[in-house]
Amino acid sequence: MSSNHKGRRHLSLAVTGSGGAGVMTVGGLVLEAAADAGYYGVQTRSVGPQIRGGEAASMVRLSTTPVDIHDGPFDILFALDWRNLERFSAEILLAKTSLVLFDPEAGAPPETVSGSGARLHEVAVKDITGTITGGRANMVALGVVAAAAGIAADSLERLVTQKLDNKGEQAVSAGMACIEAGYAAAEPFAAEMSLAPSDPGGNGRWIVTGNEAAALGAVRGGIRFAAAYPITPATEILEWLSSALPKVGGSLVQAEDELSSINMAIGASYGGVPALTETSGPGLALMSEALGLATAAEVPVVVVDVMRGGPSTGIPTKSEQTDLNIAVYGLHGDAPHVVLAPLSIGDCLFTTQWAAHLADAMQVPAIVLSDQFLGQTRAIIERPADVAFLATRERAEQPGADFARYAVSASGVSAMAVPGTAGGQYTADGLEHSPRGLPSTAAADHQTQLDKRARKLAGFEFGTHWAEIDGDGDSELALVAWGSTAPALRGAAARLRADGRKVKTIALRLLAPSRPEHMATALDGVEKLLVVDQSHSAQFHHYLRAHYDLPAGTRCLNRAGPLLFSAGEIAAEAEQWSSS
Amino acid sequence: MNIVSPPLKASDYKSTLKPVWCPGCGDYHVLLSLTKALAELGLPMEDVAVISGIGCSSRIPAYLNCYGFHGVHGRALPLATGLKVARPDLTVLVAGGDGDGFSIGGNHFLHACRRNIDITYIVMDNRVYGMTKGQPSPTTEPDWDSALSPGGTGLSPFHPLVIALASGANFVARAFSGVPNRTAEILVEAIRHPGFSFVQILSPCVTFRPDEREWKSMTHPAPVEPTSDPAQAARRIMTDDGFNVGILYRGDRKAYAPHVAANRSDITQLETAFSV
Repeated sequence: MSSNHKGRRHLSLAVTGSGGAGVMTVGGLVLEAAADAGYYGVQTRSVGPQIRGGEAASMVRLSTTPVDIHDGPFDILFALDWRNLERFSAEILLAKTSLVLFDPEAGAPPETVSGSGARLHEVAVKDITGTITGGRANMVALGVVAAAAGIAADSLERLVTQKLDNKGEQAVSAGMACIEAGYAAAEPFAAEMSLAPSDPGGNGRWIVTGNEAAALGAVRGGIRFAAAYPITPATEILEWLSSALPKVGGSLVQAEDELSSINMAIGASYGGVPALTETSGPGLALMSEALGLATAAEVPVVVVDVMRGGPSTGIPTKSEQTDLNIAVYGLHGDAPHVVLAPLSIGDCLFTTQWAAHLADAMQVPAIVLSDQFLGQTRAIIERPADVAFLATRERAEQPGADFARYAVSASGVSAMAVPGTAGGQYTADGLEHSPRGLPSTAAADHQTQLDKRARKLAGFEFGTHWAEIDGDGDSELALVAWGSTAPALRGAAARLRADGRKVKTIALRLLAPSRPEHMATALDGVEKLLVVDQSHSAQFHHYLRAHYDLPAGTRCLNRAGPLLFSAGEIAAEAEQWSSS
Repeated sequence: MNIVSPPLKASDYKSTLKPVWCPGCGDYHVLLSLTKALAELGLPMEDVAVISGIGCSSRIPAYLNCYGFHGVHGRALPLATGLKVARPDLTVLVAGGDGDGFSIGGNHFLHACRRNIDITYIVMDNRVYGMTKGQPSPTTEPDWDSALSPGGTGLSPFHPLVIALASGANFVARAFSGVPNRTAEILVEAIRHPGFSFVQILSPCVTFRPDEREWKSMTHPAPVEPTSDPAQAARRIMTDDGFNVGILYRGDRKAYAPHVAANRSDITQLETAFSV
């Protein structure tokens, strides 16, 4: 990152420490103070599996312009101690331009730090804290990093006073003293690190995680029932819905397992109430049988899968894009359903709201593939635009004697009678059935209903939302990704364009059903296609090959989680390939 | 509960679909008892939803003229839970067999009892997997011989009534399919009772368990009135001969009610929590 007297456009900082050091609090408060000061930013975290304690890293990127992912080496690493730092060395990239702050009391920096060539600067945190009654090291660190970012001391102090208010006057004054000491300690490097003045037009911004945005999107889309089974990293969706749903006349039930939660959601939706459940990979595996039922019985339901490293328990606290296969192909039988993926933290709202709409409109299950990165990253974003998507299904309001729940229609969608509607009684069934819903083993009924269920998706007008396509129409180079790799893709394109290269980006929001004609148009004239795929086995690349005609010059940049692709890395790969 | 007017006959609740059951199956009588109970309660057909899983007895929703859902194996209780919480105005019944309810669905059975939602769970217990042609279920005697478990499983049978009681069910009864009028009476009371009502109906499988024809002579009315003391009920159930028919326990636990917000808000208010 270049710096000059006007200040930086971006500043990335990481704070690490062992259990109880309070590094998450530092990251959270810096982000809030930065939002208050009119900056954009993201805060991610990296933690071990411990419930309390253990090593933790809080990573924050602040910017004068919208930002949705870390990129490149960190400008500042503040290590409250060196314990377990090596666990983060792969996630916190350091370079010669980085500044590493540490307490000499903690000893000399480990090889992973000193070997990076980063500048080292001692901050005697322990000594400083010792001079303040009730002082805490993380509050000193907070002062240091906020000062370095160029955040005015008074706005930080206002925020901290609010947070510590319930802990009494002494806690507040100790906090203030720590922050002031931190500002003083940052004197030698603050000017060099500081961000440029912020855009004062920061009205209407949000601080939100992808999980919170998804939950709000569900409510906006008309979801009024949620069934819940806790799982990392998806639980925050449920916790948010638990208090939000009753406020809008809905309800949430904590289920005994995911087999139950998906069936509860299907039961509620059968009753006419749009319903959702959330999970991560292992839970999605348990739900797949019932998703087949929802497909066959044509009951709308939304599942938000916040992906994590797999298979099995894998890395529950970290991100990976590896539930693509099970989401698209994991159902038994021929079971057309919808699979979507949000393309940014803010887009978790749009995509989940759209999922609620699509599920009801087509009477199908819709799976939303978010992941730990999108779900648990907290970001300062522009308030997402309001969209009109609502869960509304075709209902049989006054069914006559000839009512057939699974009537064959041109669109494939047939009117659903909801319990309580006189004359509409039918049995929803996972057994193959006739148009009237009677169990049938006849080949003709099977063919007819398979055709009908396939037609619902094949003929649906998804509009332009299937993908986010950006860039030069006559570009020979294109980058393609899906879901949470979209932010890095956009960043890579910006870098390539800044270098004078023409490039197009295609970020897929709709994974199933596929859109071959739309993709053909998007790829028109493209000779080199770089596929970016956060999975060890290149699941996305294989998915693309199964569903789309790709240019002869297609290359895949894939890697397992949890090391997310950065914009710089993608741009470098594209640059090198196109120049060769 | 709405009451239908003019009243319906039991046969009005029965659909025209011919059951897949074998001649002599106890489930025919359960179907009859259920239609009699619904007629007695005077429930409009459209206000009743019968939810089931997989197995011979789980086919029952389609043989009624009510709303039905024939879902996946073992998950009828969760399906019914979601429906009842979302639509408390409906009368929700769950029906199935011993394999569906106590084996693959065993965990849901415990938690449905514990959750105490106002639904009625009817298990047609024939101590065998009939649809897959004769394998032992959780209620099968340990020495019952079959191709899958030659010489018997050697396992203690599951005791559904005691487990229901221990897990918090609010109404526990045993019925026998062979006395449909009495079964109908028990079902009426089970449906009327608030909270989770559990009715085990001994329903013989004449095809794979011809010995169960003897149940006609083995079953007898419970000699005492139902108790509201769970300890007493448990002692009675654990010490009876397993053929005691009647209402065995009536609890007074409050039925589950979803959380209600003190203040309603509109959706735009919800997002203010995120505003900078």
